[in-house]
Amino acid sequence: MVQYAAGKLPARKLVSVWNLPELRRIETFPDEIRIGAGCTYTDLRQNAIIRREFQLLANAAGWTGGIANQNRGTLGGNIANASPAADSLPALLAYEAELVLVSVRGERRVPYVNFHTAYKKTKHAADELIRAVCLRRRFLDYFCYSRKVGARRAQAISKVCVAALGRLKGPIVQDLRVAVGSVAPVPLRLVETELVVKGKAIDQALLSVAGRTATAEISPIDDIRSTMRYRAKVTGNLVAEFLQKLAASAKNE
Amino acid sequence: MTTGRIVGASVPRKEGRDKLTGKAQYVDDMQLPGMLYGATVRSRIPRGKIKKITFGPGIAWDEFTVVSAKDIPGKNCIALIVDDQSCLADGIVNHQEEPILLLAHADRHALPKAVDSIAIEYDPLPAIFTIEESESQSQIIWGTDNTFKTYLVEKGDVDGIWERADHIVEGEYTTGAQEQLYIENNGMIAAFDPQHGVTVWGSLQCPFYIHKALMSLCNLPADKVRVVQMETGGAFGGKEEYPSIIAGHAALLAIKSGCPVKIIYDRMEDMAATTKRHPSRTRHRTAVTKDGKILGGEIEFTIDGGAYTTLSPVVVSRGAIHAGGPYYRPNVRIRARAMATNAPPHGAFRGFGAPQSLFAVERHMNRIAQTVGLTPVEIRQRNFLKPGQTTTTEQAIRENIDLEKLLDRALQLSDYHSMKKRFAGENATGPAKKGIGIAAFLHGAGFTGSGERNLGSVVEVEACADGSVRVLVSSTEFGQGTKTVLCQIVAETLRIGYEDVTIAQADTDDVPNSGPTVASRTVMVVGKLVQSAALGIKQTLTAAGVIRPAYSAQEFRAACRAYVAAHGALRSSARFEAPSDVFWDDEKYRGEAYAAFAWAVYIAAVTVDMTTYSVSVDDFLALQEVGKVLHPVLARGQIAGGVAQAIGYTLYEKVVWQNGRMQNSQMTNYIMPTSVDLPPMRVFFEEMGNIHGAFGAKGIGELPMDGPAPAILNAVEDALQVSFDSIPLLPEDIYEKLASEAVVETEFR
Repeated sequence: MVQYAAGKLPARKLVSVWNLPELRRIETFPDEIRIGAGCTYTDLRQNAIIRREFQLLANAAGWTGGIANQNRGTLGGNIANASPAADSLPALLAYEAELVLVSVRGERRVPYVNFHTAYKKTKHAADELIRAVCLRRRFLDYFCYSRKVGARRAQAISKVCVAALGRLKGPIVQDLRVAVGSVAPVPLRLVETELVVKGKAIDQALLSVAGRTATAEISPIDDIRSTMRYRAKVTGNLVAEFLQKLAASAKNE
Repeated sequence: MTTGRIVGASVPRKEGRDKLTGKAQYVDDMQLPGMLYGATVRSRIPRGKIKKITFGPGIAWDEFTVVSAKDIPGKNCIALIVDDQSCLADGIVNHQEEPILLLAHADRHALPKAVDSIAIEYDPLPAIFTIEESESQSQIIWGTDNTFKTYLVEKGDVDGIWERADHIVEGEYTTGAQEQLYIENNGMIAAFDPQHGVTVWGSLQCPFYIHKALMSLCNLPADKVRVVQMETGGAFGGKEEYPSIIAGHAALLAIKSGCPVKIIYDRMEDMAATTKRHPSRTRHRTAVTKDGKILGGEIEFTIDGGAYTTLSPVVVSRGAIHAGGPYYRPNVRIRARAMATNAPPHGAFRGFGAPQSLFAVERHMNRIAQTVGLTPVEIRQRNFLKPGQTTTTEQAIRENIDLEKLLDRALQLSDYHSMKKRFAGENATGPAKKGIGIAAFLHGAGFTGSGERNLGSVVEVEACADGSVRVLVSSTEFGQGTKTVLCQIVAETLRIGYEDVTIAQADTDDVPNSGPTVASRTVMVVGKLVQSAALGIKQTLTAAGVIRPAYSAQEFRAACRAYVAAHGALRSSARFEAPSDVFWDDEKYRGEAYAAFAWAVYIAAVTVDMTTYSVSVDDFLALQEVGKVLHPVLARGQIAGGVAQAIGYTLYEKVVWQNGRMQNSQMTNYIMPTSVDLPPMRVFFEEMGNIHGAFGAKGIGELPMDGPAPAILNAVEDALQVSFDSIPLLPEDIYEKLASEAVVETEFR
């Protein structure tokens, strides 16, 4: 609708999927939650399980636009719009979400990780609707870190945003998931960075290696909102900040 | 200063209830029978000759009214200072938003497709976009040398100071464009009939600017042009000159179609096509003694005026006069120039050249301090203007201003010294760097030099048949409080109730020309005239014997009723007369530049986040001497709002240009700060009075735009120990500078 109002999309017939109750539910199962694609950011922010178990998503929902946008914007819409700058998508990558797609041919369930194939391109077929987003409930014991860098503190489109999860065993990083937005044609999971960090203890040398690896893994651009060089440097800084805080979280326990 | 019953009290805004209840009528709320909607076809190249215009297929062109330059009944120009700007391009375009054709249709949704279907072929000409390109004269795009206006201010003997100097300090400072971002976009409605001529209703600041422009454009006498201001949702200078263009366009469509025509710009068109603050470059070369006394120096102040003259000569003049700051310079040479580029013309914006040149001088004072080895406080203390000394235009400071005391109070209120000490300690470790910065400045109220004399503003005050009193001025309300404060002045002057005073809608058929609503002149200059006109009412009523010297408000109402019943309407007018002891030489640019200056010291505390290189302003102190505060809530609002707008100017708002066209003409990408980006603002006033202003008031509307940028950049310098001399200062700029100076390690922390 934003594109249409700005004159960038031709006028054509649109079908509103707003107010379909089937899309608006957050269903809870013992091992996963299933978030209807029509759930708004406000729904996400207000849901107790999301707030407790999926903080990265709750935080991202609070970053998006203003209250009015959060009352109207939906998680499914964010995925379908496929903006690499979408705030909530790195969180879905970090949690290894799965999507339920529905069409007249029935339902299918696909991993979210490679759903975005190129800038503003996704794997869903023309006649498919995103029905729900499924998240496994196994992240309670992870340290979570999320940070959005926008041009202002509210109502900003990200220059860089990060959603990350980590778990230590003693001083060693046992598991790590880092996902970023606005620094590649698609929301990106930093697989290489995770690999160089996993199994190691966090020290100054590792921060540098992780920062450099993250910088190499992304492909930021110069655009109206920021520069390639700035985005690269800040992505590295944020990854380093995450690891520092992860290390500090162990000391605090 | 003593505070009266009404002046000095925060009475409710005159138009506040209507605005809160939705009763207030803005131009887009207005519908006329048979009204059409208008749209503008603009150039999409920065410079060239129009070869051919093709009306595309698939459009029912017979339903549209189409206006081109050949339909203009009068002169094809927007009359202002120099008649160089066409109302509609006739053969040549000089910027990307230049209007070429106008369309009108009964269905506003039919317009965008029609506009898009018009293909315009050009012979492009090389275009220039920067001050430097304009100066190099590689392309002459305006006049013989791309120069709209130059000024030279000279005082003392500058050439003799260099050999006496212990230090010669040089610096170059630049500022970017800024969009006014009033809440209500620009809009106009025009209607025409041969008997009454043209009437326009719109969102505007200066009814008589539009009146003058329409007379010339439509070839109509004064009494066949009427301009009515609708409720106006913000302006900040952005509705000073540009509304003449929109009014002209709506009028041309109305004349040709025979129907009323409404033109409302959407936000993208408004941001891209209408005026913005002039980008600027200032160079300082200053001779200083070893103990930090300024001997004098040269200042070169240059602004980018865009494609046409518009108000640039006046903007560059104000910038030049403020370029010396609040400091004593025994010898100075200021060269100021407004240059042409192929950008849409830049225009009026709160501060009007002063924020640009004051940014430069207040950054430069810090540079001088560093060179000499003094603190930012000491360098200012040693050079402040004192009563009896003269400004750069040799205007003697006659009022008893003590800037050292003002600075001391600001330092105390902000806890400057202890913060500075604490920050220096904390910055040694930790991922955030804190700093604190000062700006001291002045702002001249009213038109420059002989401007007020030339305007000769007139106001009227009327005693009405119902016993109330009505103010008639062309000074407009656009959020700043014109209606409220002028009514306060009359109520206080006549010792009647605030609710007994009303103010007429600014309609050129009804109100006298009290001048444009600009230049921080309304309360001071127009207010003083209104006070004088109000006294005329009292004198007439006294002479007629209908009131006693000590009357009550009720008796005054009765007297008005009795007088009007017996003699008919009673209007008292007052016309501006320049004080005889005020001298200004337009040739040499010397003399009393302003009837009054407001004085200020602002202090900003900032944090630079070394993970993201973003600056946040943590605390802001604004202390100013403003003569007299007539309405404390509105005055604080002006200061806080101006500081917020200036924080945007400094740290957030960047116009991204490509080939002379604004690329980020949306509020998602043109970043103005939100409430969560703004610091607590601590606003303090001092009141010394002013004989030229109503109840001692000086102008304050523009003042707060001047100080924040240098205060914040001085604070960033304090935090990082790295100097930045250009605004807007974005995190990307900070990162690049730190990286180039190897302050940021390539390693990740």
